[in-house]
Amino acid sequence: MEYKISNRLRIGAIVLIVLGLFGVSYGFMDAHSVTEENITEFLANEDHHGASHAEEGHSDAHAEAKAHMEDGHGAADAHGAEHVNEDHGMSHEEHVLHQIHNRPWSALYVAAFFFFMIALGVLAFYAIQYAAQAGWSPVLFRVMEGITSYVLPGGIVVILIAFFAGDHIFIWMNPEVTDPNSVHYDALIDGKSGWLNKTWFIVRAVLFLAGWSVYRYFSRKFSVAQDQAESNDKRYFKKNFRISAAFLVFYIYTESMMSWDWIMSVDPHWFSTLFGWYVFASMFVSGITVIALITIYLKSKGLLEFVNDSHIHDLAKFMFGISVFWTYLWFSQFMLIWYSNIPEEVTYFITRIEDYNLPFFGMLVLNFIFPLLLLMNSDYKRIPWFVVMAGVVILCGHYIDIFNMIMPATVGDRWFIGIPEIGSILLFGGLFLLVVFTALGKYPLLAKGNPFIKESEHFHY
Amino acid sequence: MEASKVIHAIYTDDDVLMSAVKKVKAEKHHIEEIYTPFPVHGLDKAMGLAPTRLAITAFLYGCVGITVAVTMMNFIMIEDWPQDIGGKPSFSYLENMPAFVPIMFELTVFFAAHLMVITFYLRSRMWPFKKAENPDPRTTDDHFLMEIAVHDNEESLTNLLKETGAVEINIVDNDEDAH
Repeated sequence: MEYKISNRLRIGAIVLIVLGLFGVSYGFMDAHSVTEENITEFLANEDHHGASHAEEGHSDAHAEAKAHMEDGHGAADAHGAEHVNEDHGMSHEEHVLHQIHNRPWSALYVAAFFFFMIALGVLAFYAIQYAAQAGWSPVLFRVMEGITSYVLPGGIVVILIAFFAGDHIFIWMNPEVTDPNSVHYDALIDGKSGWLNKTWFIVRAVLFLAGWSVYRYFSRKFSVAQDQAESNDKRYFKKNFRISAAFLVFYIYTESMMSWDWIMSVDPHWFSTLFGWYVFASMFVSGITVIALITIYLKSKGLLEFVNDSHIHDLAKFMFGISVFWTYLWFSQFMLIWYSNIPEEVTYFITRIEDYNLPFFGMLVLNFIFPLLLLMNSDYKRIPWFVVMAGVVILCGHYIDIFNMIMPATVGDRWFIGIPEIGSILLFGGLFLLVVFTALGKYPLLAKGNPFIKESEHFHY
Repeated sequence: MEASKVIHAIYTDDDVLMSAVKKVKAEKHHIEEIYTPFPVHGLDKAMGLAPTRLAITAFLYGCVGITVAVTMMNFIMIEDWPQDIGGKPSFSYLENMPAFVPIMFELTVFFAAHLMVITFYLRSRMWPFKKAENPDPRTTDDHFLMEIAVHDNEESLTNLLKETGAVEINIVDNDEDAH
């Protein structure tokens, strides 16, 4: 089936990008309207307006700074820019100013990573389907290949944001924290600087992205070449099988390291061993959800008549199962740290529970309770609007998941899902739609050369 | 209404059996029972059997399980004797909940699984020392048996079943029947 991106969709995506750019620029201007000169006035106004801070007695900057010292690393981590302790004596004003200036960068980074991770999750799912020689999924391969076309552009954008944001997101990128003569010197970060330094970070990021993109390029190439091949010439399929197996090995290492680099290092005083898996579960379930959403969209246009409700059912089962898997990892990470309550680990969750209570526990409802109850019934998994509804909830939940990973480290308690955040979502959402649907229009929507395609077309559960 | 006689039509292939079932259903005969040595995919649909509600019972049993777990842990750890054990907050259930989740999970699964299995045994009347209801021992090996009640239509029914590819047709009195 041929598909061409419709003008309406293209214009819609461009409108989203333009709106998003406005939102992002507004975010930067708004953040930079607060400067060192007017920060005192800004905070005073905020207190007059009776913001939540007033009751905590924020008007006294010193009391606040002291409170931070008392809850130890948590506050220091949460407040991103620099380590607060007696020696440094960073004022409350300076500290808040950093948070305000970090916000548009973090908003941009969260949204960029969210859409990138969808494409990367789909790439992993696609490779698994090849390596497992799944019989049900080949009719969906072209949809998956369309989505993975966002891996390269999306990944480049994430790396660029990380590079230019520097210490607005990653405090260890500030050269002063590893300089023993600086007042901002941080021995813990300095100890990790063998891994966490800007050059090596960028080199790793480029290597990871290059590896994923090379696999993506060749698997797409072989998949298309198999369509043109003679009917009993399965060379390209075999090649795809082999590179998929190799990619999965490469992926599971690099994905893990990527999650330390791109996400965990925003809290450089904190570490968790199952973090890579946790991020993987998040990207995997969002990716599968997007496959289901785009499949349902294209099917509703009458372009995928070889996709039947058993395929939707299978995707919905994956959405259900991987949502539970995500919850399992979330809980394992949370419960182990909560239970042992070791100060250097538990601060991560203390800041999240105190400052991000609603998003932190709300995402459990979106990512676990909703999919659990909506997608448990076998009949519901075959109803497209039901799957779409569950899918939208899951995607919102996983955006908030990424939000919860980045924001507490960069903006602390000054978070809000406002214009900078929504603008960034629109910007990257539009870019994602544009790239994905343009790629979907390049080749027929049925990978007819795949040896499992007949089985897949007749797949019935 | 119990008929006094039943026909046992024996098949040796599940594909033949499936088409025979469809034909017999099309002729509007009521199939009493079918005995097969292994699950034949789609047989329940062809016979027009109602879908099972076992999964729904399992969900409800799971709900019972989580209720038992929460009630039990809340009573023991929070209400009855809220001791300080290693600094865990036993002031309210919610505060100490992460520690109870493994128990809540396991009891949910335990109740759902075991009660569902017991429900299955009860509904399909299976228990130790139960007398086997098998009209022909070959149906546990490589034969398929379709049982249809006879209502003064012995001859037409026999002919119909012959046409469907039955290798053997027996007419059995109900009281001789194994069950």
